[in-house]
Amino acid sequence: MAELATRTLPLAGAYGGSPAVQLQPARPAARISLRARPDAVEALSAALGLSLPTAPKTSATGGGRTALWLGPDEWLVIDEGDSGLMQATAASGAVHSATDVSHRNTAILVSGPGASQALNAGCPLDLSLKAFPVGACARTLFGKIEVVLLRTGPDAFRLECWRSFSDYAFGLLAEAATDAEI
Amino acid sequence: MTTHRIKGAGRLTPARTARFTFDGKIYTALEGDTVASALLANGVHLMGRSFKYHRPRGILTAGPEEPNALLDVSRDAARRQPNVRASVQEVFDGAIIRSQNRWPFLSFDIGGFNNLLSAFFPAGFYYKTFMWPREAWAKLYEPIIRRAAGLGVAPKEADPDHYANRFAHCDVLVAGGGAAGLTAALSAAQTGADVILVDERAEVGGALLFDTAVTIDGKPGYDWAQDVLRQLKAMPNVRVLTRTTVFGYYNHNFLGLVERVTDHLASPDAALPRERLWQVRARKVVLATGAIERHMVFANNDRPGILLASAARLYLNHYGVAVGSKVGVYTAHDSAYEAAIDLKRAGVDVVAIVDCRAKPGEAVVSAARGLGIEVLTGYSVIDTAGHLRISSITVARNGSSNNRKIPVDALLMSGGWTPSVHLFSQSRGKLKFDAATERFLPDVHVQDCVSVGACNGTDDLNTLLSDAAAAGGGALRLSGEVPFAWTGGMIGAAEGAGKDKVVKAFVDFQHDVTAKDIRLAVREGMHSIEHIKRFTTNGMASDQGKLSNMHGLAIAAEMLGKEIPKVGLTTFRAPYTPVTYGTLIAHSRGSLFDPARKTPLHAELVKAGAEFEDVGNWKRAWYFPKRGEDMHQAVNRECRTARTVAGVFDASTLGKIEVVGPDAAKFLNLMYTNAWDNLKPGKCRYGIMTREDGFVYDDGVVGRLSEDRFHVTTTTGGAPRVLHHMEDYLQTEFPDLKVWLTSTTEQWSVIAVQGPKAREIIAPLVEGLDLSNEAFPHMSVAECTVMGVPARLFRVSFTGELGFEVNVPADYGAAVWKAIWSRTEAMGGCLYGTETMHVLRAEKGYIIVGQDTDGTVTPDDAGYGWAVSKKKPDFVGIRGLKRPDLMREGRKQLVGLLTRDPAEVLEEGGQIVENPNQVKPMTMLGHVTSAYWSENLGRSIAIGLVANGRARMGETLYVPMKDKTIAVEVTDMVFFDKEGGRIHG
Amino acid sequence: MLLIHCPYCGEDRSELEFRWAGEAHIARPDTISAISDDEFAEYFFMRDNTKGIAWERWRHIHGCGRFFNAIRDTVSDKFLLSYKAGLPRQPVPGSEPAAAPAVEGGVA
Repeated sequence: MAELATRTLPLAGAYGGSPAVQLQPARPAARISLRARPDAVEALSAALGLSLPTAPKTSATGGGRTALWLGPDEWLVIDEGDSGLMQATAASGAVHSATDVSHRNTAILVSGPGASQALNAGCPLDLSLKAFPVGACARTLFGKIEVVLLRTGPDAFRLECWRSFSDYAFGLLAEAATDAEI
Repeated sequence: MTTHRIKGAGRLTPARTARFTFDGKIYTALEGDTVASALLANGVHLMGRSFKYHRPRGILTAGPEEPNALLDVSRDAARRQPNVRASVQEVFDGAIIRSQNRWPFLSFDIGGFNNLLSAFFPAGFYYKTFMWPREAWAKLYEPIIRRAAGLGVAPKEADPDHYANRFAHCDVLVAGGGAAGLTAALSAAQTGADVILVDERAEVGGALLFDTAVTIDGKPGYDWAQDVLRQLKAMPNVRVLTRTTVFGYYNHNFLGLVERVTDHLASPDAALPRERLWQVRARKVVLATGAIERHMVFANNDRPGILLASAARLYLNHYGVAVGSKVGVYTAHDSAYEAAIDLKRAGVDVVAIVDCRAKPGEAVVSAARGLGIEVLTGYSVIDTAGHLRISSITVARNGSSNNRKIPVDALLMSGGWTPSVHLFSQSRGKLKFDAATERFLPDVHVQDCVSVGACNGTDDLNTLLSDAAAAGGGALRLSGEVPFAWTGGMIGAAEGAGKDKVVKAFVDFQHDVTAKDIRLAVREGMHSIEHIKRFTTNGMASDQGKLSNMHGLAIAAEMLGKEIPKVGLTTFRAPYTPVTYGTLIAHSRGSLFDPARKTPLHAELVKAGAEFEDVGNWKRAWYFPKRGEDMHQAVNRECRTARTVAGVFDASTLGKIEVVGPDAAKFLNLMYTNAWDNLKPGKCRYGIMTREDGFVYDDGVVGRLSEDRFHVTTTTGGAPRVLHHMEDYLQTEFPDLKVWLTSTTEQWSVIAVQGPKAREIIAPLVEGLDLSNEAFPHMSVAECTVMGVPARLFRVSFTGELGFEVNVPADYGAAVWKAIWSRTEAMGGCLYGTETMHVLRAEKGYIIVGQDTDGTVTPDDAGYGWAVSKKKPDFVGIRGLKRPDLMREGRKQLVGLLTRDPAEVLEEGGQIVENPNQVKPMTMLGHVTSAYWSENLGRSIAIGLVANGRARMGETLYVPMKDKTIAVEVTDMVFFDKEGGRIHG
Repeated sequence: MLLIHCPYCGEDRSELEFRWAGEAHIARPDTISAISDDEFAEYFFMRDNTKGIAWERWRHIHGCGRFFNAIRDTVSDKFLLSYKAGLPRQPVPGSEPAAAPAVEGGVA
């Protein structure tokens, strides 16, 4: 039996932020990119224990899992607990594609009164609560990289990006955090 | 030092002072002063030298339109900015300010010699004079002209400040914080709309800052403005941005704003950005940009001490500064009378108001006369005197030759007001010319915007207020009062602009364009304003003709005998005022300039001493020099070791796409030239992708994990575009296929272990898989466990050696890499980088798409004709490959090239010819695509695209270089292990 | 910067999230391997490059990822309509009664 491999997290040791904006690398999570046609949504929802959202820019949470609508046939499902996401979808019996992207993505938690301002340093979306309420999500841009943004609270966001872009995302957030007002 | 501040005048607090230097001399300013008001308070009018003639110039305006007083402002050596407008820059304690474009001194400038020779520098002088001889342009003329011309000097140090960006959305954006803008903003805000109000000055108020005679809502205009500001700031749905300029109005109500955050502060917080770029998307835009006063065009109208009437009024009423003690006024508009009246009431001697009109507004004339000011109607100022400051004006009754000299130390002028339609015009709105008032006014609005107030030609205050309130969409109703209704205005050359005489009546101050230059342009055949502009450079300076465009147009129209709209108007373009590069790039500097993508193994590579190369945004390990090794030595060692023992390579950047669904194989059949139905789960195949035109687009190994799941790899650089290309076909051409694509490039750390010892190295780390040749032969793939984590193991080789690619979830990569490297090192193996990877693959004749192919190469040209299925009914490229030119004989084909001298390494890109003695231009047969020193073969090797290459085996061709001609022999592309036995380990 | 209506996301989003993808309604021939050289050239190489009203493909590449079609005036840059991929060429809004069923999505 070989020694067991240990994890090295992409944003290990990253720090930054300001009184207005707190930045925190998110804990590792299990994630799948889930793709399916409308006729499979019900079976997949049942298998995952949540209602896969079908309206644009919305998310759904259930059983420690969050499903983010990214496109009309695409969801990012995040599970911060013991995963089983691949097994769950495989057992759905519906035609779909589930691909493990747990390590492809990493996330930064952005919170505080200046959170939306810091994000708007690089994100062209309207992040007012009116246009982007709690639970809203979207794939969009942050500066020069693609991200998935989920609003987890009035002043709290989860920013998901690909692993190799996380230094850039964190760096830009850290700089933008100093420019955000309380 | 005499102060020109008038006790009781202005709004600055006398107790709060700041000290600054101007050309080395120390001056005191009041907090809130601009550099212009502070220098004027100290009696300094002379602030610069003009661009071409080096004429002494003073402050002309009190706003962003300033063409003359451009200064160099610094805090320290690195924080220095040239060409700063004295009328915009606020004084901060410790500011170091220098004049520009003069040597040795501002008061005595050698370049002023140009002024004496000005008869030799008419418009178009450069174009005509420096045409011949041609060679002299680059060597002689341009360097001299460059030294002589230009205003400020750019700083050489890197900019230590930082800049910020903010995307914002609002319901209503109001550009301009004068009476109209404030009213519109308040009206909109009261409806609950999200409002952004922008004003370029430190304080809102616009014309109310100087026009103290206006009352609104029963209050003095300025006080009303500050009241409204307080109301707006207290509303959560309003953002007020002062010191902020809307510099661009783009498509779909997208506006660019620059906020000057720290330039006015003595010791700004280091955390603050110097400037902030706002990128605003507004549902509706209210343009309340006001109007800009024009100067009068007459002989020697540019002496220091001559300035706009409204500017003098602002200096007096806001900054408490008198611009002179013996002031004359030259006007074509009633508004200048109010400047004279304000100065007179403040105790300044106003010696005369010279009005070129026969019938000015009666009320203003009698008010002025009532204060004892001499008013000369139907008179003009035909000349001025005074070297570094105006000393007198010469006035004459229009049409008369009798003249009279009046001593003055300042002259205020007003040619009337030009509506600021810049942003409206940038929004692609159509202007119309109002002949009665000689103004271009907004006509057709193209975007969701509305123009209100002076920028819309609205002269009446109450109409302005009701228009603005309506534009804001609210129920706000305001009324106001003004003492005088203004009339008048003129465009073009006034009397004394020397229609037939040679005088300097400046139209464009910054570029030294005179009325005569514009007339000359017309005489020389320029009949369109666009040509006249370029010939004379009128309006092409950094102030973009805010004062000069209308005058230039009127003079040209008069010369041409055409109506103004027939001559045209030059296009208004962003930016409205100059914007720093720092603002435009905002955060994109240093490490944020572009994302530097690092693989999960990066830290391990750094520890191992890797040198890196940029591949797209990726940082890839290039080679691993040991102490004392240069690149060549390191690569040679890596190449040797990989083939004799084993090498470990970080292949994580390889593009990876997971293709999943019941129709996965069907889809890949369409996307690749190869057939995929017969690929069994657990097997891999090298695939070639062509575009519809039949040319190679990408390549890579595809592994089938199960019936409905493929692990597709792409080139490192090709990953995003291949996915885009696949999505395009899947979504739009083959939408019925039940298959989905997911990028998994970054899900996996990929560790390539290549070489005779590869199996021995990884075997103890792998569980649940028989790695023997029989059970797991070349081109196999399996899901297994490596060091306790789920892995995908590929038996593939890009080196021609026994090889594996270990894919583990990215976060585990570093640990697995360490374990593999420790075993490899113990066995005498090495780490290798991209350079060795390139050499090893070239030794085997494996191509790199994008290096050996260039978008005009078919699979057959590349020697991969076998990868094109002959049986499939369809795939992308099937028809393109049948085009006659792709089927013809003699196409360029990839072949091996061996130099006659084995030590000679060809240059990639070198051209290949048959006969090096042919007269130029030689017939080129192709070019070298890859060339390396092969340590394993003890000689150089190369790959090249050669016309009819495969039929030329054994032929000698030539690669002519600058200093020699290199003979090469055409060979096949496999240089090493031609039988290919090693790969099967 | 343009504001583009994505018919899948149901809202206007910044041009930054989109990628232009050429002329719309050029279908890949079903029997592509059998078409003539001229037909192939017409399909693959020739484009109208219209000045004025143009039917274009766009992809919301940094959003929902979907390709869709849009009618844009290339002179004024106004988007007149955007509609989902697969729908037939839509008429210019206001120019003639829509032949096809009502389309989700609106005027940007």
